[in-house]
Amino acid sequence: MTAPLLRVENVSKRFGGFVALDNIDLDVAPGERLGLIGPNGSGKSTLVNCMCGTLHHDTGDVSFEGRSVDGLSAHERTRLGMARSFQLPRPFASLSVADNLRVPLLYTGLHRSGAESSSGELDDRCHDLLGLVSLSHKAHKLPRDLTQVEMRKLELARAMAADPKLLIADEAMAGLSQSEVKDIVSLLIRLNERGVTIILIEHIMTAVMSFSQRLVVLVSGRKIGDGKPDDVIRDPEVERAYLGQ
Amino acid sequence: MRNSLFVLLAVLAAAAVYAAARIVDNPYVFFAGYVVLQFVVLATAWNILGGYCGYVNFGSAAFFALGAYTTVAMVKFPALAAKYLPEPLIAVTNLIFPLPIPVLILFGGVIAGLVGLGTGYLTLRLRGVYFSIATLALAVVLQTLVVNWDYVGGSRGAYVVRPATTPFFGIDYMEYLFLMMLALSVATLAAARSIERSRLGFGFAAIRDDELAAESCGVPTLRLKLVATALSGAFMGMAGAPFPYYIGFLEPSSAFGLAYAVNSIAMPMIGGTTSWIGPLIGAVLLGTLQQLATVTIWSELSLLIVGLLLIGFVIVAPNGIVGLLETLLGRKRTEPARAADAEGKA
Ligand SMILES: Nc1ncnc2c1ncn2[C@@H]1O[C@H](COP(=O)(O)OP(=O)(O)O)[C@@H](O)[C@H]1O
Ligand SMILES: [Mg+2]
Repeated sequence: MTAPLLRVENVSKRFGGFVALDNIDLDVAPGERLGLIGPNGSGKSTLVNCMCGTLHHDTGDVSFEGRSVDGLSAHERTRLGMARSFQLPRPFASLSVADNLRVPLLYTGLHRSGAESSSGELDDRCHDLLGLVSLSHKAHKLPRDLTQVEMRKLELARAMAADPKLLIADEAMAGLSQSEVKDIVSLLIRLNERGVTIILIEHIMTAVMSFSQRLVVLVSGRKIGDGKPDDVIRDPEVERAYLGQ
Repeated sequence: MRNSLFVLLAVLAAAAVYAAARIVDNPYVFFAGYVVLQFVVLATAWNILGGYCGYVNFGSAAFFALGAYTTVAMVKFPALAAKYLPEPLIAVTNLIFPLPIPVLILFGGVIAGLVGLGTGYLTLRLRGVYFSIATLALAVVLQTLVVNWDYVGGSRGAYVVRPATTPFFGIDYMEYLFLMMLALSVATLAAARSIERSRLGFGFAAIRDDELAAESCGVPTLRLKLVATALSGAFMGMAGAPFPYYIGFLEPSSAFGLAYAVNSIAMPMIGGTTSWIGPLIGAVLLGTLQQLATVTIWSELSLLIVGLLLIGFVIVAPNGIVGLLETLLGRKRTEPARAADAEGKA
């Protein structure tokens, strides 16, 4: 196997006395499409927060492209190429939809590719991204004028705007219609085909199964399954702990 | 609109203001106008941190006073030099001093900017009301230091004698100070405006709206907050630098006056905090109103007016006059800015 893009080793996280993550080990290969599932409260978002520097884990190590990112702040990790969407969308409320995308474009995407961003290039990228999540018609609206579903799309587009090598989508599809879920899944697959490694956290099983090349299951902060999606969901332990609920 | 075009228009507007003031031909116009312009700079400076980044600074008076006391320290320097320095250095000192107003403005800006940077550094992890309380504490600490620092006059205050002549065709000194403040207003407004739709401005806005999301978009929030506290502090210090010459006698209670802290918050809030024009409108309106109240009724009344207006606006129109106008005209906030951008490219 090639060197992993993301390596999580022995990561534990407590909130007070509550163990949210219990010695998690996880390698993500470059170019992989990984599904991460688990019941509510199993620690999926907490794991994302620890990977991306929003939270600091108590033990263990997270490395990206072979180097530890534990000492790096969230924005430094984003600039290295890790981007995430928040489960509860956190748009910049006073900025228009297009301007929401300008923030990561100005601070990471174009920044990293070296080109000093001309305003025209920026507009083009904004326009493309909005087109990808079909929000072009709302470009000049404020986030408060968006529906919940549109807000999720904006959240996803904003993570994509950071031009990541690893994109982590934390339940980006809740509340979307079936056809919208399909659209987003195929969008993520297209993105993946362009070389972006993706971790998809999702409750909608059809989406997870059609998207994932590999499936990881968290239950109560422990990893109890990791492997080919079809095998994992048939694993008796997974069935008992998760699907059988 | 391009930044250079904006500067050109602002300079033209400033020239018009100056011409109008000359036509009125009453020294009081310069005297009162100076105060209004000083508030334009203060309000715009406050807004860089308060409006753009969402960090409410209660300690504006401290930064203003820093600028003013930097000037006092410079004015007093030749006397100090005469006492302690060897003869040749005294000669050099007398050659350089007294420093011209623009240089003093620069010094005041640097000192207040550095203190702003330090404040930012110490309060980086404080948010919301805790940050505001820290700035208030800073004002108290600085005032205490100044009160106990004899070199700048301590609690007794310090006299600053205006030079008999001005470098500009011998115009009246008050008129000269007015011109300096007018130029500083143009510079501050141009700086604030150029930030708005720049990379820095988008970073500031992201911080104001959601720091966690800003970080995850690659915005170095801690560093940007330092930039904002330093810039905001620097412009406030610049506003204060010529003040000792304006007032002639500077004491801590006037430099650290409540009026500065209150007005620097009230003017942007009443005008509107999301763009450069809000603080300008607020400062011109409230500044003029207070000058009128001071001459016609009684000076203590002016702060009362400001307080009442502030309460009214916070309740009725939290987005200030600019927000009110936008609602009335039914325009969405971001569209004019985009149209302006398109013009700039064309
Ligand atoms: N900041 C926090 N403080 C205390 N408890 C938290 C915090 N964040 C998450 N938790 C708890 O950790 C557990 C895992 O949460 P989370 O990672 O959000 O789960 P998931 O994303 O899998 O639904 C939950 O029980 C949640 O209540
Ligand atoms: Mg979650």
